[in-house]
Amino acid sequence: MDTYYHRADLARFGEMGKGNPQLWEKFQAYYAAVFAEGVLTEREKALIALGVAHAVQCPYCIDAYTQACLEKGSTVEEMTEAVHVACAIRGGASLVHGVQMRTVAEKLSM
Amino acid sequence: MLASLKNRGSPLAEPGEQLRVLGATPEIVAFEDQMRHFGLDPLHAAGISVLQINVGKLCNQTCRHCHVDAGPDRREVMNRETAALCIRALARSNIPTVDITGGAPELNPNFRWLVQQAVALGRHVMDRCNLSVLLLPSQADLTEFLARHQVEVVASLPYYRAAQTDAQRGDGVFEKSISALRRLNELGYGREGSHLILNLVYNPGGAFLPPPQAALEAQFRRALERQYGIVFNHLYTITNMPISRFLEFLLVSGNYQGYMERLANAFNPAAAAGVMCRYTLSVGWDGTLYDCDFNQMLGLPVQPGGPRHIRDFDVAILDRRRIVTCNHCYGCTAGAGSSCGGSVT
Repeated sequence: MDTYYHRADLARFGEMGKGNPQLWEKFQAYYAAVFAEGVLTEREKALIALGVAHAVQCPYCIDAYTQACLEKGSTVEEMTEAVHVACAIRGGASLVHGVQMRTVAEKLSM
Repeated sequence: MLASLKNRGSPLAEPGEQLRVLGATPEIVAFEDQMRHFGLDPLHAAGISVLQINVGKLCNQTCRHCHVDAGPDRREVMNRETAALCIRALARSNIPTVDITGGAPELNPNFRWLVQQAVALGRHVMDRCNLSVLLLPSQADLTEFLARHQVEVVASLPYYRAAQTDAQRGDGVFEKSISALRRLNELGYGREGSHLILNLVYNPGGAFLPPPQAALEAQFRRALERQYGIVFNHLYTITNMPISRFLEFLLVSGNYQGYMERLANAFNPAAAAGVMCRYTLSVGWDGTLYDCDFNQMLGLPVQPGGPRHIRDFDVAILDRRRIVTCNHCYGCTAGAGSSCGGSVT
């Protein structure tokens, strides 16, 4: 069955440079700089990326950063905790909007 | 305990079948073509600084990734006559380092003799140790023997946690490894100011590349010291080679193609120029000569036309020999590169 997402498309990411090479090169340079060792280690950055990948629910990013985390020396237990962080923030983000709900409800109610 | 490929009657026990699988991988550029593209073919040895002696396939463990297909059910071991030929070759050359591997090399009845002879010749001796062997009742004085002869211990420890280590090396191996490391530390191994060197070896627990060596070494150092009070000198990261039992894992798990593409896409010309086969001569349990331990397991001896057995050892010919390569060589040239001494670049 055909799907919108194709595993092989991850390897075709570079084709996005064809429409605008300048912007693509800037993005690539920025991306490489972001993930280089800085105050945070490459391993820590890969774990953050994995969490974000789950938050934005990008299957390509999940595929790529699962492999990257393993290749930076993280364990499945550590990666699972990173996914829970993403889950907690997503859940918390929904829940905190409840305050808005309460504010509106209070305003409308007698 | 897992049985070896050989004793399970697996077709992959045959080097020819492994080479057939490696050769039938159209998704990647053939290794030799890749080397040619970067002006690195043909690859030649640049001297011999390490004589790596594989004393046999007998081992007390059956690790899932083992490139030797070693185990307790294997009986191929180097005899004294062949060991003596290795010592004769050393005496006739100035090769500074002897790297003894297996299997569990310590289980070879000639292991201690080999160590004593090589040390008497003034050579630096390394023992590739699986750690658990140090706890066997039959090897009760082994740790002291290694210390007395100042043998460098290169010990396998794929992770500083039990789950990852045991998944690869067998149930209970992590706990035994920690006990053995403590015993080594008690004798001075790995301690600051000591001449007794203890290096650890990490290899990935699956179909992915190893982490950067320096970063992982810091991680191991922190975790082992904090949790177990264990110290060591260096950590070497080694890439899993797509041969033997790891090849079986790749094929059964459906990771073979993806792993080969990962290795080939991460080809690093700088790592390729510094691969260990350029500085190593590998001897098999029966005395056959190879460019490396991996070629040994694939039944690919050194190039024809020169010495191919330790009895015919001739350093002047062997230290400039052409290296035999195949697609598995991508395992040593991916990313930061991989060798028995860890990353290459």
